[in-house]
Amino acid sequence: MKKLLNNKNTRSNLVIYLVVTVFFLVMQGMNMGGMLTSSWKGFLVPICVYISLAVSLNLLVGICGELSLGHAGFMGIGAFAGIVVAALLQDAVALEPLRLFIAMIVGGVLAGAAGFLIGIPVLRLRGDYLAIVTLAFGEILKNIVGNLYVGLDAEGVHVSATSAKFTLLEGGKMILDGPVGATGIKKLATFPMGFVLVLITLFVVLNLVNSKEGRAIKAVRDNRIAAESVGINVTAFRMKAFVVSAFLAGMAGALFGLNYSSMAASKFNFNTSINILVFVVLGGMGNILGSVISATVLYVLPEALRSLEDYRMILYAVVLILVMLFTWSPRVKEFVSVVTDKISGIFKKKEVETNG
Amino acid sequence: MKKFTALMLAMLMVMSLLAGCGSSKPAADASTIKIGMSGPLTGGAAVYGKAVEAGMKIAVEEINAKGGLKIEFQSQDDEHDGEKALNAYNNLKDWGMQFFAGAVTTAPCLSIAPTAVEDNIFMMTPSGSSDKIPMTGNNIFQMCFTDPNQGASAAELVAELNMAQNIGIIFDNSDDYSKGLMNGFKTKAAELGLNIVCETNFTADNKTDLSTQVTQCKDAGCDFVFLPFYATEASQVLTQAAKIGYEPTFFGCDGMDGVLTIEGFDKSLAEGLVLMTPFNPDAPETQDFVSKYQAMMNGETPNQFAADGYDVIYAIYDACVAAGVDGTTAPSDACEMLKTYFATNEFSGLTGSGMTWDEQGMISKIPAAVVIENGKYVALG
Repeated sequence: MKKLLNNKNTRSNLVIYLVVTVFFLVMQGMNMGGMLTSSWKGFLVPICVYISLAVSLNLLVGICGELSLGHAGFMGIGAFAGIVVAALLQDAVALEPLRLFIAMIVGGVLAGAAGFLIGIPVLRLRGDYLAIVTLAFGEILKNIVGNLYVGLDAEGVHVSATSAKFTLLEGGKMILDGPVGATGIKKLATFPMGFVLVLITLFVVLNLVNSKEGRAIKAVRDNRIAAESVGINVTAFRMKAFVVSAFLAGMAGALFGLNYSSMAASKFNFNTSINILVFVVLGGMGNILGSVISATVLYVLPEALRSLEDYRMILYAVVLILVMLFTWSPRVKEFVSVVTDKISGIFKKKEVETNG
Repeated sequence: MKKFTALMLAMLMVMSLLAGCGSSKPAADASTIKIGMSGPLTGGAAVYGKAVEAGMKIAVEEINAKGGLKIEFQSQDDEHDGEKALNAYNNLKDWGMQFFAGAVTTAPCLSIAPTAVEDNIFMMTPSGSSDKIPMTGNNIFQMCFTDPNQGASAAELVAELNMAQNIGIIFDNSDDYSKGLMNGFKTKAAELGLNIVCETNFTADNKTDLSTQVTQCKDAGCDFVFLPFYATEASQVLTQAAKIGYEPTFFGCDGMDGVLTIEGFDKSLAEGLVLMTPFNPDAPETQDFVSKYQAMMNGETPNQFAADGYDVIYAIYDACVAAGVDGTTAPSDACEMLKTYFATNEFSGLTGSGMTWDEQGMISKIPAAVVIENGKYVALG
């Protein structure tokens, strides 16, 4: 156990798990005690979703070194797959958390499959080209899910890509209505399930990063030619990162879709992709804890600034710029490390005193 | 491990700071009721949100100047997005909102309505017109027509005034509003024996060029084209039609209101356009509101959205005065009292007189249409 704790990777991983668990316990406790405002109650699930999205994108952007601008597309696939599955299983699976979990898994698998198919052509490219193509594929995914008509009636499930001949029997229910999206969704998402999602995401990503595969992926990022020369299959490892990232985004998307009573495909556009990328960049490329914290803070920030009315979006932008400037300035980094050293110094002294 | 403890402490402090924000609820004041509103105040749909907000502010100012029961009003931006709308609604709830006078657009309404039903907060949307909104629950009310109802009354009007031989329809397939109007119109038109010869559509992603759709209608020989969508798209249809020398009767619905204020659009092209709108800014009885609105919004002429917002505030206010609701009434109790009031009473405002609501919260009022002549609205028929 001691040996395990001395391992630097394990230790920093434990810190991440502890931070999210403490956050969860504090929030859940406050929620149960009725201490949370309505706004905060509304933030809980989206925060979990965005943490999960940011961490999964960080796997691609930070660890694998590939800039992807189509993450929202995978989220959209997951969301709509989740909504459809949850609606179809309405009667078959009575237990709500189980139904939600099945929906999330299906959403993740479908998004992962889409990631695999897209990965075949896309991963032949690198750098800026890859960014542009993922952007295009993200929009394509959005348009595909935005043109599906899915309905359920006595005869079973109907799926169509046009509305022209789409009719349901009396008493049938429209699940997806093309570009209008889904309405009247039964909300299944809960904060504990969001926490489970974050744990799954962290578990998958952290274990992948610290495994043999993870080291290979990082080697591909740092020097492709050197990696190839030692026998690493570059495309296979990039594909692995791409598919895992898409799978996790799909799971997050399913939870997101089932947290609102209506959902349109236009939500999963370029802006959402960029938003997630901002979380990753501000939290630090390859820094998983950074993604967790920045996703939380940046999601809550524009909402907490609501009292400023018209100025809030300006202030949000200013905060983004300042954070960017400050966290990357060497002086600030030095200052932060001095402060944290001092604080930990106090603890160390105390420890020495109690020991002595 | 020490570094970690320090970090944890810092995080907890930040969290508690954030959690503390906005949790202080001021004590309720009996003489002031709190009405909250959400709408798109920024982004592509901001023109509607801003109009409703201004209309509501005018009503609030008038009421507060009168004395007696006062109104405290707060508007929140929902960016025409379901997710943000729910956040805006929750924020207003924390503020102590008793009545929700929103949302402005349909998608945010559909996102908020189930929560409002759960909370049993009285919600009256000025302009969210999908029939799915009032169907969510019986505490969700509408000030405007539902889409299918408006589409149907448009068809009735066309048949009554014998305006069309061959009808063409262009609609926005990605928009609930447009599809609802289209379906209502089509169903009623079939009942009344109107002849629809051409039906074509576009989506939000390809609405920058509508020349194909206009040409289709021309080729099909339509002398009447039904345009169930918003003014921005309509201005393109009109421009395109003028370019190819096509002059049928164009007929729009309430979303068309505001076509005369679109920047860069040649207003002369809108001559002869017929549109259904409950609010006519050129009518004598609305002049007081129009001048107040112009003073507030740099001389802009109010559209139907502003008038709907104005009416919603007065409807809630009148009901509160009559039912004896004050600032200390719990939102849920106030909701029940208002529901009972609206079940039996009617309301007259800028957008019509003798309006009544059914038990689902759907409005019924007399539809009105105007035709644009010399850049002004003139009542039709």
